[in-house]
Amino acid sequence: MIQEAQFRWPIPWSNLEENVLESSQTLAIQTENLRKEYGSKVAVRNLSLSVPRGSIFGFLGPNGAGKSSSIKMLLGLITPTSGEALLLGKPAGDVQTRRKIGFLPEHFRFYDWLTPSELLRLHGRLCGMSAARLKERVPQMIELVGLAPHRDKRIHDFSKGMMQRIGLAQAIIHEPEIVFLDEPTSGLDPMGRRLVRDVIRAQRGRGATVFLNSHLLSEVEITCDNVAFLKDGEVVASKELRSIGEDEEVHVSARARKLSHEVIAGLRRWTTLATVEGEYLTLSARSSDVLPEVVRYLVASGADIYSFTPRKASLEDVFMSIMGEDRGL
Amino acid sequence: MTGCWTIAGITFREAARKKILWTALIAGLGFLALFGAALHFQIEDFRTHAIAPFIRYQILSAMLMVGLYVVDLLAVVMTILTSVDTISGEISSGTIHAIATKPIPRWQIFAGKWIGFAGMIGAFVLLTFGGTIAVAYGIAGVRPEHAIVGGVLVFLECLLTLAVTFLFGTWFSTLTSGVIVIGLCGIAFMGGWLEQMSGFTESARLVMVGVVTSLIMPSEAIWRRAAFEMQTPLAGSLPFSPFANVSIPSPTMIGYAGFYLVVALIIALSHFQIRDL
Repeated sequence: MIQEAQFRWPIPWSNLEENVLESSQTLAIQTENLRKEYGSKVAVRNLSLSVPRGSIFGFLGPNGAGKSSSIKMLLGLITPTSGEALLLGKPAGDVQTRRKIGFLPEHFRFYDWLTPSELLRLHGRLCGMSAARLKERVPQMIELVGLAPHRDKRIHDFSKGMMQRIGLAQAIIHEPEIVFLDEPTSGLDPMGRRLVRDVIRAQRGRGATVFLNSHLLSEVEITCDNVAFLKDGEVVASKELRSIGEDEEVHVSARARKLSHEVIAGLRRWTTLATVEGEYLTLSARSSDVLPEVVRYLVASGADIYSFTPRKASLEDVFMSIMGEDRGL
Repeated sequence: MTGCWTIAGITFREAARKKILWTALIAGLGFLALFGAALHFQIEDFRTHAIAPFIRYQILSAMLMVGLYVVDLLAVVMTILTSVDTISGEISSGTIHAIATKPIPRWQIFAGKWIGFAGMIGAFVLLTFGGTIAVAYGIAGVRPEHAIVGGVLVFLECLLTLAVTFLFGTWFSTLTSGVIVIGLCGIAFMGGWLEQMSGFTESARLVMVGVVTSLIMPSEAIWRRAAFEMQTPLAGSLPFSPFANVSIPSPTMIGYAGFYLVVALIIALSHFQIRDL
């Protein structure tokens, strides 16, 4: 679970200041009933989030769930219709707090006649970095995102993947405390994705919080510490990645001989499904806790077991079960 | 204010790179060449006709006024076309997201863009307006009265147009705001000429139409004041001239134009401060 125990809404009014102060030391982002309406359309219904400092937080949801609107509210780009959001203990959009925030938009675009160095110097200056610091930091960033061979090119010659890389560099050049990454691996090849993954982990390594919005669930699964699932503008579930699948059914593929119909029928005590095709047994157990008992039962029943491979539910399985059917958005 | 100047610098460079600016400059150079040739041919023709030097000077001065009017129109059109997408275009493309999330207040982004464009337009006016005067003086030996006042007024007209373009750019899409601003300038143009014609027709209603259109968009009124400042009293009194001093916008109207500019900027900035990006 996301560390809800550290901060619970609603806060008793008399303790609000104290709680905010305390939580601002442990939480990077807090929102309470954040809502955004565009006319009669509700983009974000009731967003309540708590993102621990120093974590990588995955923000997941289908198209149209309200992810972009939520990120824009957190960054102060759009004004919430109601609700509250705090970043590092300060209201979202606070100009001074933005010094500690980095952002890679989903479709990073900028004046395409600049070179990568010029672009980074410009963004660094806007973040209040000194000329001396920029002189040191800009070549480091270009090297980090793998654009050193292209340092003298104009950005209009850049591919989509190269734009993502330079966009990532501008988001972290000033070593922010929170980095918002909106679809950072979009348009990247496998090497680029690996680089982004490494950069994200490096940010966590130096103590920063990463707020990651991505459709690539496999990337999220190996990168994030916590995830929240957004559906129709509301967080419908939040989980710690380590716990993903623990509460779900466990699917097992096994190869065994001497499996009688009676033995298979006896598996119903622990399983919801058990089928045999030749030597191949497929079963779904209610929990991984029962697997040792299942193995003991099969062996005691005289079956010869050659393999027994449990497979935990993936993030994608969990995502699909939470989001339901594809609505073609 | 560091953010403001950084934005102003990048906006100036961005504006200076636009093809429309270079097209306008090339058109300006083409115009200067044409203008210089016309003056040259006119001077050649004077040698075959017995025209008093005093009348010659008035004709050449009138030609200079036409030249300056073309520069004025070119500068206004260039102001609209280069700046119309700087806010609305960056909002729709998402370019502004990477800037507006930096630790600089939105008003500095707005002010920086304004200063960047004002600087670029100032340079454009200086080159084309100054170039026209230099060509006229070099070839024909004529120069306007109060050239600096005239130049400042033409620049003020461009700044007013820029403010109105920014105002609509913070509310509407690039195309819509472009159409609105060009429409407003068209109304001002028509009203200005109707008011000018009222001098010949002596129609008080035409004067009223001209004043009302000047209140709606005072850009053309600024030009007519500039024309009044740059002509000799005699040239301004010649009834056949399109720039005759028939209905001269008062200093109060110029003050109104300045007030209009400031109000347009305040409304635009207030909306940009709170609008969703």
